[in-house]
Amino acid sequence: MTRPARLGLFGVGALGLAALLVRAVGGLHGFGGYPGPYGFVLAQAALGERHAANIVASVVYDYRALDTMGEELILFAAVTGVALLLRQQSPERAARREDAVRSDAVRFFGLGAVGAAALLGLLTIAYGYVTPGGGFQGGVFVAATFALVWAAGSYRLFHHLTPEPLVDLAEGLGAGGFVVIGLVGLIASGSLFENFLPLGTINTLLSGGQIALLNWAAGLEVAAATTLLFAKFLEDVMVPEEEEKPA
Amino acid sequence: MIPLQIVSFALVTITGTAVVLTRDPLRQAVVNGFFGLTLVVLFLVLQAPDVAISAIVVESVAFPLILLVAVANERRREGEP
Amino acid sequence: MSHAPYVVAAWLFLAGIYGVVTSRNMIHLAVCMAVTQSSTYVLLLAIGYVDGGTAPIYRDIPVGTKVVDPVVPALVLTDIVVSVTLTALVLTLASRAHASKGTMDPDALPELKG
Repeated sequence: MTRPARLGLFGVGALGLAALLVRAVGGLHGFGGYPGPYGFVLAQAALGERHAANIVASVVYDYRALDTMGEELILFAAVTGVALLLRQQSPERAARREDAVRSDAVRFFGLGAVGAAALLGLLTIAYGYVTPGGGFQGGVFVAATFALVWAAGSYRLFHHLTPEPLVDLAEGLGAGGFVVIGLVGLIASGSLFENFLPLGTINTLLSGGQIALLNWAAGLEVAAATTLLFAKFLEDVMVPEEEEKPA
Repeated sequence: MIPLQIVSFALVTITGTAVVLTRDPLRQAVVNGFFGLTLVVLFLVLQAPDVAISAIVVESVAFPLILLVAVANERRREGEP
Repeated sequence: MSHAPYVVAAWLFLAGIYGVVTSRNMIHLAVCMAVTQSSTYVLLLAIGYVDGGTAPIYRDIPVGTKVVDPVVPALVLTDIVVSVTLTALVLTLASRAHASKGTMDPDALPELKG
């Protein structure tokens, strides 16, 4: 349909949707007066049941681990889609392209920050169930460290640091490992993602049972998937297109 | 609501509308960065530090990178004869 | 006044959809979809907020202090990371369409009409 007709239809639909939305949110409780018992029960019971100081992490990796598995598989599928759609480039051609950053100050400070950034990313993953953080946040952090290598160094350095077979393997291990741990819980305790490891002491790294393992599996998968995403995007723009061969 | 929350919600509304109304993709990438920053402040004010860490790491590195690469690709292809 | 945060979420939702419908550039369209997704985060976190509550991390506060709902941040934080990947997928599709049709205007793609 033509553009004015589409805009007119959207206007009518938006008015109706706006009326419905305002009616719907009018029926919610007032802001700040969360009534529901589920959240309060979890806040009381989760620390004693799972020994993980970060209640949100115990919800993500234990009580609602099935939802997290679904999100991880969405991530996996989306990155696979991106990798399939963007054009394939031969590895030697990719490595030959040189675009090194010229400024010494940028290289010095930028590449010097890579170490601190990588450490901070790994810390965010590792202490995810004790302090705010976790596998998802720290995973993107680690992938951002690789992007910093490209931004402060050269594309060739970035390409050498992220060989595609290794990144693919890490991504598969992370996603598969998450599902396998859930299945082990099913076999060992009768329910999917049921905890089967000893719980440990609160406020240390050895706490939460299987939350620690799932945390690292998610962190590995998110880091590898986001690095692959960055690598595919950067390859698409940094490497010149080959000549189209006549069919 | 305390004034900090009112200000955070107002900033999110204003920058969100600005992102939609900015038509040029390159400028929109910058305004999107501001929108992400206001979202981070809102998430902190609503006492959700995990979400704030997630949002800041995504909106300051991942989003600008993919948006700028997309714009660079578009410009490179438009520039070819 | 007590429902104003939810109206903020509804406004962002409608603004994002308006941006998608009136878009002339596929990259702008992808970012407007991201704005719509952000409206759901704002709504969820506003629902879970408790007046006077603090973050649900019991590292140094005793069990029993008032905390906000811990389930809602768990849903939102995975979603934020996944949303950037999905936006990247949409941008890749836009890039492929641009390579084959030569334009970034969604109105110019005959398959998207109607």
